[in-house]
Amino acid sequence: MSATAQAQKLFGHADENNFLNSSKGIKSWLFTLDHKRIGIMYLIGVSAALFLAGIFALVLRSELFTGDENFLTEAQYNQMFTLHGAIMVFAFIIPSIPGALGNFVLPMMLGAKDVAFPRLNLCSFYLWVFGTAFLLTAMLTNGLDTGWTFYTPYSITTTTAVIYATLGAFILGFSSIFTGLNFLVTVNTMRPKAMGWFKLPLFIWSLYATAIIQILATPVLGITLLLLIAERVMHIGIFDPAYGGDPVLFQHFFWFYSHPAVYIMILPAMGVISELISVYSHKKIFGYSFIAFSSVAIALLGFLVWGHHMFTSGQSPLVTLVFSAITFSVAIPSAVKVFNWLATLYKGSIKLVTPMCYALSFIFLFGIGGLTGLFLGTLSTDIHLHDTYFVVAHFHFVMVGGTLTALLGGLYHWWPKMFGRMYNDLWGRIGCFLVFAGFNLTFFPQFVMGSRGMPRRYARYDPEFEIFHQASTIGAFVLGIGILIAFVTLVHAVFYGKKVGGNPFGAASLEWQSSSPPSFHNFDHKIHMNDPYDFSAMVYDEEMDTYVQRDFIDKPTAPVVPEPSKV
Amino acid sequence: MLNFINLLAQAESESLVPAAPPVKDQTYWFPEAASTFAKDVDPLFMLIFWVSLVFFIGIVGSMIYFVIKYRDRPGHKVQKSSSHNTALEIAWSVLPGFLLIWFFVDGARGFFNMRVTPDNAEQIQVIARQFNWEFHYPNGDATTELHLVRNRPVEFVMESRDVLHSFFVPAFRQKQDVVPGRYTYTWVKPTKEGVYRLYCTEYCGDSHSLMKTNVTVHNTSEERDAATYYPWEDETPINNGKRLFNMKCSGCHNASDVPKTGPGLANIWGKEETLADGTKRLVDDNYFRNSLLNPGSEIVAGYANQMPSFQGKLNDDQIFWLRAYIKSLTPGTEAEAGADTKAAEETNSDGDSSEKTDTSKSDAK
Repeated sequence: MSATAQAQKLFGHADENNFLNSSKGIKSWLFTLDHKRIGIMYLIGVSAALFLAGIFALVLRSELFTGDENFLTEAQYNQMFTLHGAIMVFAFIIPSIPGALGNFVLPMMLGAKDVAFPRLNLCSFYLWVFGTAFLLTAMLTNGLDTGWTFYTPYSITTTTAVIYATLGAFILGFSSIFTGLNFLVTVNTMRPKAMGWFKLPLFIWSLYATAIIQILATPVLGITLLLLIAERVMHIGIFDPAYGGDPVLFQHFFWFYSHPAVYIMILPAMGVISELISVYSHKKIFGYSFIAFSSVAIALLGFLVWGHHMFTSGQSPLVTLVFSAITFSVAIPSAVKVFNWLATLYKGSIKLVTPMCYALSFIFLFGIGGLTGLFLGTLSTDIHLHDTYFVVAHFHFVMVGGTLTALLGGLYHWWPKMFGRMYNDLWGRIGCFLVFAGFNLTFFPQFVMGSRGMPRRYARYDPEFEIFHQASTIGAFVLGIGILIAFVTLVHAVFYGKKVGGNPFGAASLEWQSSSPPSFHNFDHKIHMNDPYDFSAMVYDEEMDTYVQRDFIDKPTAPVVPEPSKV
Repeated sequence: MLNFINLLAQAESESLVPAAPPVKDQTYWFPEAASTFAKDVDPLFMLIFWVSLVFFIGIVGSMIYFVIKYRDRPGHKVQKSSSHNTALEIAWSVLPGFLLIWFFVDGARGFFNMRVTPDNAEQIQVIARQFNWEFHYPNGDATTELHLVRNRPVEFVMESRDVLHSFFVPAFRQKQDVVPGRYTYTWVKPTKEGVYRLYCTEYCGDSHSLMKTNVTVHNTSEERDAATYYPWEDETPINNGKRLFNMKCSGCHNASDVPKTGPGLANIWGKEETLADGTKRLVDDNYFRNSLLNPGSEIVAGYANQMPSFQGKLNDDQIFWLRAYIKSLTPGTEAEAGADTKAAEETNSDGDSSEKTDTSKSDAK
């Protein structure tokens, strides 16, 4: 075929011969080994979890509109905040970016045709499904009212469905471990020879650092939850003081995983932001090696700070001092990333499309989230602030203002690649704005009421806090509408969006050197390596309405691989 | 889910939580400062705040400035600039590091003040249980609200009778978890007369958000002792029972018909109750005593088996007083409420014993 037709097939919009229609029928999805399809199934799953747990948030915020009883009893409220937290943490945030974006993008960024262990990948997805099913079973039987943190002895004595819920978290843990293992091996072994460590896109570095945490930390949660079940059922006397156990030991075991877990949540998000800032400034990322090393530093230091969740728990003052000191060290690599992103914007050519709006929103919101961590790492202030709404505001700023914002930005960024369709940018930006405004209205007042003494996990509260709660509740609904608009705009694009070619914004990492949507095998041509942030290597092709690699224009007769066979 | 719907049937308790004290002298970020710890917490918080604000404005300001100045528009191109600068990286890693060291050191210093008890502190025993606080003073008094003396350092020796709780007084800027199975300690030197809120701030189950009370700081020892004083020997069994009920039972039981974690205890005497195993039981003196000492054996249907046993924790006099009080909550049984001759005399003379006993000692809580 002619060079132009060939280029169109490889790098343009692909109506046929793409991974979405390379095979048909529900079984071709449920039993697929294609990382792209698994990524999309993950996306559907974690989005459903986001919406369910989001509804619980709106329910509990509605109850909190006044300090007296509205429509939930205290016991019902306790279930709402517990299920909101447990579903969000275990079924949404931890799997979201690695599962939905990482699965799709990582192999393609490496120029590979899949992950190292495609069957393990599908297994990870089904473990996600089974784990979430156990959480839902807990919800539908006796419910759960322990808080997502399952602190003992209450989690031992409560009659709610603790065992179903902890088994669910246990299974979800394996989903996470297998994904981490898969990504680690893929990055180690499936790069092209020319792609050394310092030629990897930063999203890969972040997923690699995350994989290290997933593999090393998650088993600790697994065993801790099994011990909790053993305590409940067999009274082995490890956490229950009635049998000689130590409730604070549970906290140590729990947070030994759960602190690194928050870095599982944020590192991939920061990786996404590195990609977005650089592509939409059309400029090489500033400080590549510092950003790369900071991801690894955060992953490793993150294992040493778990006690900062326990400053008032009764642990010794000495150990408290050590944890506070090391906690401050983790602040530095995070700040380094933010400064490097700003330096990337400098003298770039900035496109304010939806993904970039999310990236800028991230810098604002994660900035506040990270800075408020300083108040909590500082010992004297933390004594006052621990277990108040100040902490709730802090972690929502980093998890929602951080991870969810980056997830949405990444979805918008890679959506044209995944589906070959462009989103409606106006509605995308409206969604981003409502998320930003609603989020700030929801959570900023919580800092103030926290430092004024409003405790966490309270179904009823004193009148002095009412105005803050009311602002927060209104904000929550605005945030919910924003997230809904963001998702609806994406779904709408799949069916009605303008068709686009392989590389609408001139990104330089390898996943963009494919058709949109990509073919089953990802790449039907020989990959040409380039620096993933060298935007001058990309050239806009009028006829195809997409960017192509300059190399390919110069040497258009790259060989084409044979037609892929069906699944 | 079924359990969730069942919970609809358990309505809100009428709370024995005292009304929230008036809010005054607060700053934008803080409640009023009523202990020496405010100087360890508030200034450092504000330092971190202002430093953070400067950095935040710097970050967001540059971001907005760059986005406007370098926005993509016809004729605008990416300008050549370096993509790394090691000196800059070192600078912006190390220089903020000094600020962090400052925060850490200042925070650690404040923390040691807040955690090392001075030698001359009086000791108050704190008992935390689902869902109320109990305070025992050096002179033997016991209350459900906390009473302190201004400028007198006090150490709290704390224990939980069931799950984790946490002792938090925002006006004092002090907090410490209360852990079952061991003692934990914290201390404070209150500096201002007044009434302040005390919250449980470690989630402890159903009525966690109602496990709150007030701290009253008195100007003198005498005023404090008057506030905590309760004349057990002089008071009627019904009143003693009521005080004991508030201290030990009110976390889970209402003195009305309204169920809470446990059944409401009004109008139950002489009733035939259905138990969890389906058998029927008359609520009488022996059932009452058994419910305190061996509650798990005769749980009322519809309630979880979670009432702790008071074997060894209540003496016979106390059980007698509680019986008198609970019995008095069922109309028609007051005259039988224990060898209650004093109440019987007062009833006969005034025609209304409850009003007299309510007003006479209502300050001691």
